[in-house]
Formats: sequence, structure tokens, C-alpha cells
Amino acid sequence: MKKIKWVVPTFYIIFLMLPIYWLLNMSFKSTTEIINVYSLWPQDFTLDNYKTIFTDSTWYMGYVNSIMYTVFNTIISVSAALPAAYAFSRYKFLGDKHLFFWLLTNRMAPPAVFALPFFQFYSSVNLFDTHIAIALSHCLFNIPLAVWILEGFMSAVPKELDETAYVDGYSFPKFFFKIFIPTIAAGIGITMFFCFMFSWVELLLAKTLTATMAKPIAAIMTRTSSTSGYELGLLAAAGSLTIIPGAIVIYFVRNYIAKGFAMGRV
Amino acid sequence: MNKTHNQKAWFFVIPVFILVAFNAVVPLMTVVNYSFQETFGSNVFAWEGTRWFKEILHSERFHASLGRQFIFTFIILLIQLPLGIAIALTMPKKGWGVPVCLILMSMPLLIPWNVVGAMWNIFALPEIGFLGNTLNSLGFDYNFTQQSGDAWFTTILMDVWHWTSLVVLLSYAGLNSIQPAYYQAAEIDGASRWDIFRYIELPKMKKVLTLAILLRFMDSFMIYTEPFVLTGGGPGNATNFLSLDLVKMALGQFDLGPAAAMSLIYFLIVLLICWVFYSLMMKDEGRT
Repeated sequence: MKKIKWVVPTFYIIFLMLPIYWLLNMSFKSTTEIINVYSLWPQDFTLDNYKTIFTDSTWYMGYVNSIMYTVFNTIISVSAALPAAYAFSRYKFLGDKHLFFWLLTNRMAPPAVFALPFFQFYSSVNLFDTHIAIALSHCLFNIPLAVWILEGFMSAVPKELDETAYVDGYSFPKFFFKIFIPTIAAGIGITMFFCFMFSWVELLLAKTLTATMAKPIAAIMTRTSSTSGYELGLLAAAGSLTIIPGAIVIYFVRNYIAKGFAMGRV
Repeated sequence: MNKTHNQKAWFFVIPVFILVAFNAVVPLMTVVNYSFQETFGSNVFAWEGTRWFKEILHSERFHASLGRQFIFTFIILLIQLPLGIAIALTMPKKGWGVPVCLILMSMPLLIPWNVVGAMWNIFALPEIGFLGNTLNSLGFDYNFTQQSGDAWFTTILMDVWHWTSLVVLLSYAGLNSIQPAYYQAAEIDGASRWDIFRYIELPKMKKVLTLAILLRFMDSFMIYTEPFVLTGGGPGNATNFLSLDLVKMALGQFDLGPAAAMSLIYFLIVLLICWVFYSLMMKDEGRT
């Protein structure tokens, strides 16, 4: 029993890694080699695809754009969600439950429903094709998520902590920033991870809200593949590079992922 | 926790309220607005009442994509939940294997959705992809761009690849929260492996599993980018799910009225099912 246990996760991980390996494999081949030769590893190893991406500003600016709006969004979502989550976890107030569910409904709204109205709305307020527009539009699903996760972490902190601090003469802001935030630091880390993740992987809204200036890398990929006759090698290299930021973020939060999920919240 | 009544708490919620309302209310009202009107190009609108809603609810096209959507979501849940639980049960509990498993399994979750689609497209192409080539050399007649069965198979396999890890991570967290004392007690009572799973692990995982079902339902019901890149809804309409159909109607054909009506019906279906789940979950947490 003990011996065969590792078989299931091992096979699962192999299954997960196969398509990723294939993408990497393709990224080191030239497009002609991809189309003409089927091989499990590059026969004619080349870094040309990566070179193209790092020297052409329409390519690498895509990465800069994606990272910019993702970071903006993470900062906005978490800083707006912190006080709100505190209110939901500590107080009862008029309409609190309805408000909480209404927030969650926005996580449930199919982005396809909002694509066209978002385009018109952000154009009419002159924010079309800016990083801030994408960052704000991603708040639609990230803020409810952030409030939800943070509320779980905050509710796990006993209320006596607040009361003791007030007795000790702390004012509310001093208590909140000096005591409360450090207490739930792990929770904030997890929240930032999820905000980053959902903003990084979303494409429909990011693509709809941009034309040239703030275009995300993922959207540049779709455009290039259709106009310049499907450059598979380039596409694979660009795709491989989009995995890196996620992998870095996972590495930093690896010890917290399980703990964060254990709070019963995502 | 017993909470105190404090109406001033609203001040804490205001930033969130404004940001979400800014994003949700205005666009949603735009959709509602369109759904009752006919557009004649340049900003000329005519009142149509509930005509679009009636048309959509009776249109075969909507029934077909809704049906496909439900079948897809159902299959996804049926595969991912048991598989995710099984992997979580067999994952190492301590040692160097834990971070390795967690990091590698989280990878698919952080890849942009259209890259997932593109990656699977390359992976499954009959001639040059590993999956397509292997299947064909094994004697299967596999081509996901032409045979609808293969297209379904590939789309489902892609989603299993993409999202099973979420179920794994959730279940794993649920399992980790079980005190060792429970297992010791079970051992003393001579419980079988199945009994331990059925009477200790499953009840303890109930909360995270409800959450897993809720999240997997929501996200698979809204799936757009991955099948759009992988199959584009084809061959024919074989994998034309709700979101794909909706975007085709709204941005492709500019049928704003029917598309808006369809959006609202779509949204209401998701909302209704999620509300049922949410109520169940909150009842469990004892805070109704």
C-alpha cells in the first residue's frame, strides 16, 4: 500500500508536465522544423524565437503591459478589500449579508456578458487602452475574491486582540496598521497571490479594453498567430515566457498555498 | 463570533462598493438597456419590450449551446472531483515531496488561458503534436479539428489538465486540517481504509469540496478563452459553448438586442445555481 501510493501523484504530474514540455520543445525549434520534422526534442536547437521576442518592442512591451496592469490590480484590490473585509468580519450593519452576496455575484458574472458594455463604458470615460482600465475592470472579480479570502482570515483572529489593543490605548488606525495587518500577513500574501493569478490569466476583458498602448502579451500572441501565417515557434516561445511570472509567484507562496486553502476560502 | 452592530462599518465598505459598482452596475444597466431595444446602427434605438427574451428562450441555437454547456460542466465535475480527491489522498504529507507537488501542480493554474488553449492546440495537432501523433500512431483516427468527438475529448482533457489541481489543492488543505487523533481513534476501532475515508475524511472535506464544486461550476460554465483558441467552437458548432456563442452574436454579428437578452438569461442561470450552493455553504458554516 505504502509503496504504490506515489504512483498516482507521479502520473498526474507527468500528465501536467507533458504539454508544457511540448511547448518548450517547440520554442527551441524553427517554424520550418516544427512543420516538417516530428521529434521529441529539438534537432536543430535555436534561440531565434526568443531573440525575436526580446528585440522587438511590440513583443516585449506586451509582457511589461501585462505585468503592469496585474500589479496595479493586485494593489487596488487588496487595499480596497482590507477595510471592507474587516467590517464584514467584525460588525453587523444594514444590508451586510446582501452586500456580501452581491459582491460575490460579480465573481459569477461571465466576462463575456460584460465585454461589450465595458468597451463602450471605458471608451466613454476616456480610459480605453490604458493599464488602469484593465486594472479597474479586473476589480470586478478580484475584489469580491479578495474580500472573501481576507474575511476568512480575519474571522479566525479572536476579537480579544482588538479589545486588548483599545484598552492599551491604541487608536483604530494605529491598531489596524501596527497590530492587525502584521497578524494576518499570511492571509494578505495569499490574497495577493490569487488576485495576481486571476488578473494574469484573464484575457477576454484585457483584450477588449486595449488597442495598442496597453495590449497584454496574451493578446499580442493571438494577433500574431493569425496575421503572419501561424509562426508556431514564435508562438511557443512567447507562451513559454508567460509561464515564468506565475512560476516565480508560486515559488514565493509555496508554503502558504495549503495553509491558505485550509482557511476554507479561495 | 458574535459581531457588534455598527452602522459606521459602512464607511469601511465604501471603497469596495464604489469600485465594484463602477464596474458592475453601469455595464449591467447597459446590457439591460439593450435587451429591450432594437438598434439601427448609429445610436438609433427602438423599444422592443420582451421580444428578444421570447426569441432567445425559443431559439434552437440557444437551447443547443445551453445543452452543450450543461453537458460539458457536468462531465468536468464528474471527472475532476473524484480525480482531485484521489490525488490529494495519495499526495505526500510531509518531507521534500510536499513543496515539489504543490509547485508543479499549481503551474497550470497560472498560465494565461489563451496560452493554455494554444499549448493544447500545438500538443494535440494530429501531425506535429505529441498527443495527436501518439494517438494516430497507436491506430486511432484522431483529428480534433475535424471530428467533433475528438474535439470534445480534447477540450475536456484540456480542462482536466488545467483545473484538477484546484480541486487537489482544496482537498489537500481539507485533509491537512484533520487532527491525528481522529486517525488514531479509527485505528483503535479497527476501521478499514474505506471507513476512514467515508466517515472521517469525507465529512471533514465537505466544506472545501462544496467550495470546489462552486468554483469549478462557475468557471467551467463561463469557459471562453481556452475552447476559443483550441477549437474556435468547431468543428461546426460541436464545441460552441454559451460564452463563445454569446461573443459571436454580440461582437461578430452585432445583434446587440438578442445578445443582451441572452447575457441576462445566462447570468441569471449562473446566479440561481450559485445562490443555491452559497446558501448550502453558509448554512454549513452556521451563519446563514
